[in-house]
Amino acid sequence: MFRTALRNVLAHKARLLMTVLAVMLGVAFVSGTLVFTNTISDTYQNSSAKGFDQVDVAVRPDYQESKGNKVGKTPELTQALLDRSARTPGAASAIGVVSGFTALADKDGKLIGGGFQSQGGNYWGAKDPRYPLVEGAAPRGAGQVAIDSETAKRAGYEVGDKIRMSIDGPVLSPTVTGIFTTDDGNVAAGGSLALFDTATAQKLFGKTGTYDEIDVKAAPGTSQTALRAALDKTLPAKLVETTTGKQLADDQAELISSQMGSFRQMLLVFAGIALFVGTFIIANTFTMLVAQRTKELALLRAVGASRRQVTRSVLIEAFVVGTVAGVTGLVAGIGIGAGMRSLMGALDATVPDGPLVVSGGTVATALAVGILITMLAAWLPGRRAAKIPPVAAMSSVHAQATAKSLVLRNTLGALFAGTGVAVVLWATTMNSSDGQAPMGIGAVLLIIGVFILTPLLSRPLIAAAAPVLRVFGTAGKLARQNSVRNPRRTAATASALMIGLTLITGMTVMAGSLQKSIDKMASAAIRADYIVSMANGHELSPDVDRKLDATDGVTTTSPLRNAPSRIDGETEYLTGVNGSAIGKLTDLKVDSGSFRVGGGQVVVDSDTAKSRDWTAGSTFTVHYEDGKAQQLTVSAVYEGNELIRGIMVDNRTLTPHLSDPADMQVLVKTADGASDATKDRLEKALGTNPAIKVQSKQDLSDDIAQMFTLILNMVYGLLAMAVLVAVLGVINTLAMSVFERSQEIGMLRAIGLDRKGVKRMVRLESLVISLFGGVLGIGLGVFFGWAAGELLGTKMATYELVLPWGRMALFLLGAAFVGVLAALWPARRAAKLNMLSAIKAE
Amino acid sequence: MTTTPIADRTTSVAARATDLSKIYGQGETQVVALDRVSVEFRQAEFTAIMGPSGSGKSTLMHCVAGLDTFSSGSVRIGDTELGSLKDKQLTKLRRDKIGFIFQAFNLLPTLTALENITLPMDIAGRKPDKQWLESVIQMVGLKDRLSHRPSQLSGGQQQRVAVARALASRPDIIFGDEPTGNLDSRSGAEVLGFLRNSVRELGQTVVMVTHDPVAAAYADRVVFLADGRIVDEMYRPTADNVLDFMKQFDAKGRTS
Repeated sequence: MFRTALRNVLAHKARLLMTVLAVMLGVAFVSGTLVFTNTISDTYQNSSAKGFDQVDVAVRPDYQESKGNKVGKTPELTQALLDRSARTPGAASAIGVVSGFTALADKDGKLIGGGFQSQGGNYWGAKDPRYPLVEGAAPRGAGQVAIDSETAKRAGYEVGDKIRMSIDGPVLSPTVTGIFTTDDGNVAAGGSLALFDTATAQKLFGKTGTYDEIDVKAAPGTSQTALRAALDKTLPAKLVETTTGKQLADDQAELISSQMGSFRQMLLVFAGIALFVGTFIIANTFTMLVAQRTKELALLRAVGASRRQVTRSVLIEAFVVGTVAGVTGLVAGIGIGAGMRSLMGALDATVPDGPLVVSGGTVATALAVGILITMLAAWLPGRRAAKIPPVAAMSSVHAQATAKSLVLRNTLGALFAGTGVAVVLWATTMNSSDGQAPMGIGAVLLIIGVFILTPLLSRPLIAAAAPVLRVFGTAGKLARQNSVRNPRRTAATASALMIGLTLITGMTVMAGSLQKSIDKMASAAIRADYIVSMANGHELSPDVDRKLDATDGVTTTSPLRNAPSRIDGETEYLTGVNGSAIGKLTDLKVDSGSFRVGGGQVVVDSDTAKSRDWTAGSTFTVHYEDGKAQQLTVSAVYEGNELIRGIMVDNRTLTPHLSDPADMQVLVKTADGASDATKDRLEKALGTNPAIKVQSKQDLSDDIAQMFTLILNMVYGLLAMAVLVAVLGVINTLAMSVFERSQEIGMLRAIGLDRKGVKRMVRLESLVISLFGGVLGIGLGVFFGWAAGELLGTKMATYELVLPWGRMALFLLGAAFVGVLAALWPARRAAKLNMLSAIKAE
Repeated sequence: MTTTPIADRTTSVAARATDLSKIYGQGETQVVALDRVSVEFRQAEFTAIMGPSGSGKSTLMHCVAGLDTFSSGSVRIGDTELGSLKDKQLTKLRRDKIGFIFQAFNLLPTLTALENITLPMDIAGRKPDKQWLESVIQMVGLKDRLSHRPSQLSGGQQQRVAVARALASRPDIIFGDEPTGNLDSRSGAEVLGFLRNSVRELGQTVVMVTHDPVAAAYADRVVFLADGRIVDEMYRPTADNVLDFMKQFDAKGRTS
C-alpha cells in the first residue's frame, strides 16, 4: 500500500505542488517566528548577562510604600552609603550609578532613536570598568560627555564634536570627549547612551549627592551571595535592598523571554490563520484527487484491498506531502527568521548580533504542524475514498456526483450562523469586559456557520453577478455556470480567501472607528493651539512652561503637572494647572458646578467624582508629597477624556509642596493661532530641543492616525500570508477544473471558441470565485468591526462607526486581482490544451 | 468498382485535400499517418471514411477539419487554404464554416439542450436563424426536450442535440468522428438517418469517420483508407458491399 501511495504522490506532482506550497507557507511562518524570537531573546539574554558582568551585588533603594496619609517615597542612596558599601568586608570596589533620560540629536538636530531608549548616566572616576573607552578620554565637568560607539557611528560623531542634547527641557551642547563600548541592552536594541562625570550627571538628573544604584564588586575569592550577606549586615535594611548580579541577569532574562513570548504568540496566531486557510486547500486537493482516482481506488478494492487500506493509502499520501511541506517549510522558515532580523536592522531597529537559534523544538514543531495539518485535512477525503464500491472500477462513470443533498449541511450551517449572530448581538449589549468572551465565541460560531453555508450562498451570490458576466458573452456565461458546478469546491476555495478578508476588513473598520473617536476626543476637548511634550512621554522641566509663556505671540499657557498625593489613605495623582488659564485652553463639558480652579478650589472628572462619591461643593483633605495636608473644595465635575482627566489643582497651590516639579504636557494658546511660523517660534524659544515635541491639534491627529496606520499595516502584512495561501488555493482549484474539463474545453475549441475565449472563461471563473470570497469576507468583516465597536465603544463617548468605503472597494479590487492572478497559469494551460486528445472519447 | 459522379465535381467541392501528409516523430521513430492523400468532399454529399485502426482515417478528418496540423500538402475548405492559417483564423473557420459531431457527444453539462445547440453561434456572437433552428429541432425531434440538461437525456437524445448543434449554424461542412460509436443500434440508426436527411433535403455536406459498415451504408460514398493512403472508394454503398470489401481488404492485408 505504501508503494502505491508513494507512486500516487509522484504521479500527481504538479497537482500536489500547490498543496505543498500552501502547507509550506504556514509551516515557514511558524518556524520563522520560532527561529526569529528564539534568536532575538537568546541574543538579548546574552547581552544582558554580559551587561551585569561588572556587578556582583547591586544595592538599590527600597521604595517606601505609600501608607496612611504619607505619599510613597524612594530613599536616597547617599555618598555615605556608597562609602560604607565599598568598605564592607569582601567588597573590592563600589560604583555609584546615576541615570536618566538623555535625548541626543544627530547632526541635523533630529532625535537619535525613538526617544524611548535614550539613556544618560555617569562615567565613574578616571577609568570606568563598565564602559571601556575606545577613543578619547573620560568626560570631565559640565561641558563634556562620552557617547557609545554605536550611536557615534550612526550619527557620525567623533571626539571633539559638539553634540546637542537635552535632559528635561533646556538644550545642552557639550563636547564629545570619549567614545566607549557597552553591552547595555538598550544600546543593543537601538538606543543611545551618554555619560557625564558623576557630579554633572547627579546635577543634570536632579540627584545631587545621591545615586540610583550602587554596584559592588566582590574581592577575589568572595562569592556574590557572601558579599550580599555582608552588605545586608552593614547597610540599613530599611532603606536598601540588595540583589546579586546573577539574580539581576536572571530576572532580566526572564523579563525578556516573557516579552518575547507575547510577541511570539501574536505572530503564531497569524501563522495559525495561514495554516487554517491551508487546510481548505489540502482538503480540496485530496477530495479532487480521490474523485479523479475513483476507478483506480475501486480497482484496488476489487482486487482485495480493505476499506481501511484505501483510507490509509490516502493518509500515507498526505503524510508524504506533509513531510515534504514540513521540511521545506522549516528551511524557508529559517530563512525567514534570518531575513526578519536583517529587515528589522534595515528598519533602524537595531538587533544585536548573535547566532541563529534553531532549536530542536522548532524543528519538531515545524514537522509536526506540517504533517498533522495535512493528514487531518486529508482524513475526510480518505474516508470518502474508502466508501467507493469495488463495482465503480467497472462502470465508466468517474467523478462522483456532487449534487448530493445539501439539506443537512444547510440546516447545520443556518443553525451555527444564526446562533453566532445572536450571540454576537447579545454581546454588544454587554459592557466591554464581560462581552469579549461571548463576542469571540459568537464570531467563531458565525464563521463556522458561514463556512458550512458557503455552498448554498454561492448560487444566489454568483447569480447576482450574471448581468455583469453577460457582457463577456459565452465565456462569461460558461464561467458563471462552471463556478457553481461544484458548490463545495467553490465554497472551500472562496472560504479560504474569505477568512483573510474578514480579518482585514474587521481590523480596518475597528481601527478607523477608534481612530476617529480618539481624534475627535482630542480635538474636541482642547482649545490650545499647541501641546508641548517630551518625545518619549517623559516629564518636562517647569522651565519649559516659563519659556513658552515668555515667548512672543503666546497669550496663555498651562502645564499639566503630575503630582502624587494621598486622599483618604489612597494614592491619587493630582494635575497641577494654571488655574486662570486652563478654562481658556480646554473645552471640557461641565456636568455640575462652575468650573473654577484656584486656591482651594479644584475640578474633578466625573469618573473620579463618582468613585469618590463627590459632587460639586464636596470637600476633601489632600496630603501632599511633603506630608502637608490641605482642605480642597470641588468646584465642578467635568467630563474627562484620554488626555485630560483627574483632579485639577492650581499650580500656585500645588507647586510649593513639590520637591521636583515635573510637567507631562504644556498647553499653549497663541494670539495668531496655529501656523508654521508660530510653531517655529515656539520651537526656537525652546532652543530647538530634539527631545521636545511641539504639536498642533492637527499634528496630534496625524500622530494618532500614523499610529493606527502603523498597526494596520503590520496586521495587513501578517494577514497577507493567509491571503497568499488562499491565492494558491484558487490556483489549485482552477487547475483542477481545467484538468477535469479538458474534454469540454477541447470541444469548445473545436467548435470555435478561440484561445482568448478559453482564457477568458477560466479567468472569469476565477474572478467569480475570488469576488464571492471577497464579498463574503468584507461583509463578515464589517459586521465584526461593527460589533466590536459596539462593545468597546461603550467606553468612549465619542465613538462612532466609520465604514472605510474606499478601503473596502480596494479590498474587493484586491480580491479581483487575486482572481486574475490565480488564473494566469490555469488559463494558459487551458488555452494550450491539445484539442485532439481532449475530445477523444475515453 | 464503378464511379458515378453525383454532382458536378469542378464547381461544388466543399473540402479538398491535395497530397496531404502527416508525419509524427523523426528518424527511426517516424510514423507516417497520412501519405500524400488527395481527396475531395463534394457539396451535398454524405461521405464515410473507413479503414482499420491506425489507417489514418481520424487523422485525415482532423486535418481536413482544421483540428490538426499537417506536414505537407494542402487542405482547402471552400476557397480557404488551411495551411497558411494561424490558430485564430482556424478557430474562426471552424466556428463559422464547420460543424462537428463527436463520438462522446461532448455537450456542456451546465447548458440546456437548446443552449448547447446554439453554442457555436453564441460563441460567434450571432443570433441564430429562428426558422432554420426550429426546422432543425423539428427534424431531430427534440422539441419537448429543449430545456433539459444533458444529464437528463439518453445517449441517443444527447447525440441528436449534438447533430442539431452541428446543423444549426448552417456550416459548409459537417465532420463526424464515429458519431454512432457510443450509441445502441436504434439510436445510431436515428442519428444516421438525420444526417442523411440533412444531406438529401437540406443540401448539407457531411463527412463521417466510422468503422461500422452499417453506418457507412447511409453515406453516398465511402472512402477506404489503409496505412495512410486512400486505397479505394465506393459509391452508393450497402452494408454488405462495404463488409465484403472490408473482408477482402483484410485478407489482402494479411497475405501481403
